[in-house]
Amino acid sequence: MFLLTLFTRIVILAIAAVSLNFILGYGGMISLGHAVYLGIGGYTVGILAHHGINSGFVQWPIALGLSALFALVTGALSLRTRGVYFLMITLSFAQMVYFLTVGLDKYGGDDGLTIYKRSTFAGLVDLSDKVAFYYVCFAILLACVLIVWRMSQSHFGVVIRAAKSNDRRMQALGISTYRYRLAAYVIAGTMCGLAGVLLANHTDFINPEMLSWTRSGDLIIMVLLGGLGTVIGPVGGTVAYLVLEEALSGITEHWQIVLGPFLVLMALYRRGGIAGLLSWSRRD
Amino acid sequence: MTDPLIDVRDLEKSFGGITATDHVSLALRRGEIHAVIGPNGAGKTTLINQLSGELRPDSGSILLAGSDITHHRVAARARAGLARSFQITSIFLDFTVLDNVALAVQATLPHSFRFWRDVRKDERLRGPARAVLQRLGLAGRGDTPAAELSHGEQRQLELAMALATNPRVLLLDEPMAGMGPEESRQIIALLGSLKTDYAILLVEHDMSAVFALADLITVLVEGRVLACGPAEEIRANEEVKRAYLGEEELSPVRKAGNGHH
Repeated sequence: MFLLTLFTRIVILAIAAVSLNFILGYGGMISLGHAVYLGIGGYTVGILAHHGINSGFVQWPIALGLSALFALVTGALSLRTRGVYFLMITLSFAQMVYFLTVGLDKYGGDDGLTIYKRSTFAGLVDLSDKVAFYYVCFAILLACVLIVWRMSQSHFGVVIRAAKSNDRRMQALGISTYRYRLAAYVIAGTMCGLAGVLLANHTDFINPEMLSWTRSGDLIIMVLLGGLGTVIGPVGGTVAYLVLEEALSGITEHWQIVLGPFLVLMALYRRGGIAGLLSWSRRD
Repeated sequence: MTDPLIDVRDLEKSFGGITATDHVSLALRRGEIHAVIGPNGAGKTTLINQLSGELRPDSGSILLAGSDITHHRVAARARAGLARSFQITSIFLDFTVLDNVALAVQATLPHSFRFWRDVRKDERLRGPARAVLQRLGLAGRGDTPAAELSHGEQRQLELAMALATNPRVLLLDEPMAGMGPEESRQIIALLGSLKTDYAILLVEHDMSAVFALADLITVLVEGRVLACGPAEEIRANEEVKRAYLGEEELSPVRKAGNGHH
């Protein structure tokens, strides 16, 4: 049961990492506020459940819609900047929502809110069954990986990847990349919003920690660990990160002391992350 | 005389106190190569950047086929038929050669909001891209990552991408920079064969290439048009000789020029 809980958590955060990888790895958009979509997804489920609206057919579309809308509005502004400015703006927007949730006394504020009933789907699937819930999460992860994989090789994906390396040339060719990058940003935000919906159902609890900026940082680390811009890399990165966390935090609460130097070494020597390591060893 | 495809009128641009473009007017016509020459810092690249839209002129106007594009953005101008090559090679190094050119062809599609099909299986892009590579002599290099090309080949790819957008006007910023003599000869032959279909603005330091190719030459000095006219007239222009060409540069040019006549 413990392993099932861990695996479910890994799968859910892998969805978030896969979505971040689409804009970060393929699109070069370094967002330090991606966890905000976990929060938007999670809080939508939590607040609706608090008011007795438990149907997933209502909760989930609203959560995804709000995530998409938030990504559209903040992305439209953020994507006018690049690099460290983009990072700061995405962080600011996420912090705004973070402090909003802290101030939501009606919904627990800092202490968070317990969800007494998971999303229901008119008897089609019972998410309070932990095994069934795990399979639902796993199926969604597979779907997300498939979507990102297909997108990355499509007309759309090639524009996103090209805009990352040489936007000036894209303009000169006649492609205004802004709307494509915005579309990618909205897709990634919506996908991460779905991860937030699942996370709230998994923990039966929401609190501002879900969308703190350190959580956004964790997601970046997962993507980097796995290998930027590879389809399956972020999944491996999430597994590695959470297993490491689980194993090391049993030994010391300062487990990140071990992780830190490891990340530095990888940034210096193996940019491809775990996926890079694998293909590298294959080549030898 | 046909109406100009590009009509530049009284263009002015200054950076701080320095005038980079000083009341420049020039015209580009289909079937003509119009070379812009001048010493370093004369404002040649600044002029190209204003034509392509990366820089906004302080005053003056730019007309493309009669319509004013002075305030159009870069991408809009490119879609209207204006293609440029960069002085410093600007290609997608992590893409293959064919993918680079196919992306340029993709730029001519109405939009790229296609999310599922593999772009590398789209023959509407691959076919024209291969044809352009054939024309540039890069046909055998299609699957090579652009980063692994020689400098000369990268310059050819730079040109291939400009051609692949199916433009009416080509703005070429030193297309032969850093090329070996053999590669330069190929590009000169190619540009000569291209000019019937395009209006070409050529900025180039290689004077033998300029005199071999140009129908018209505009000489820029400190942002100002010193002279503009047919190649022979420019070569004989005493003011141009004094201001720019200089005896040591003219002599080899004469030899190269004589070979053609």
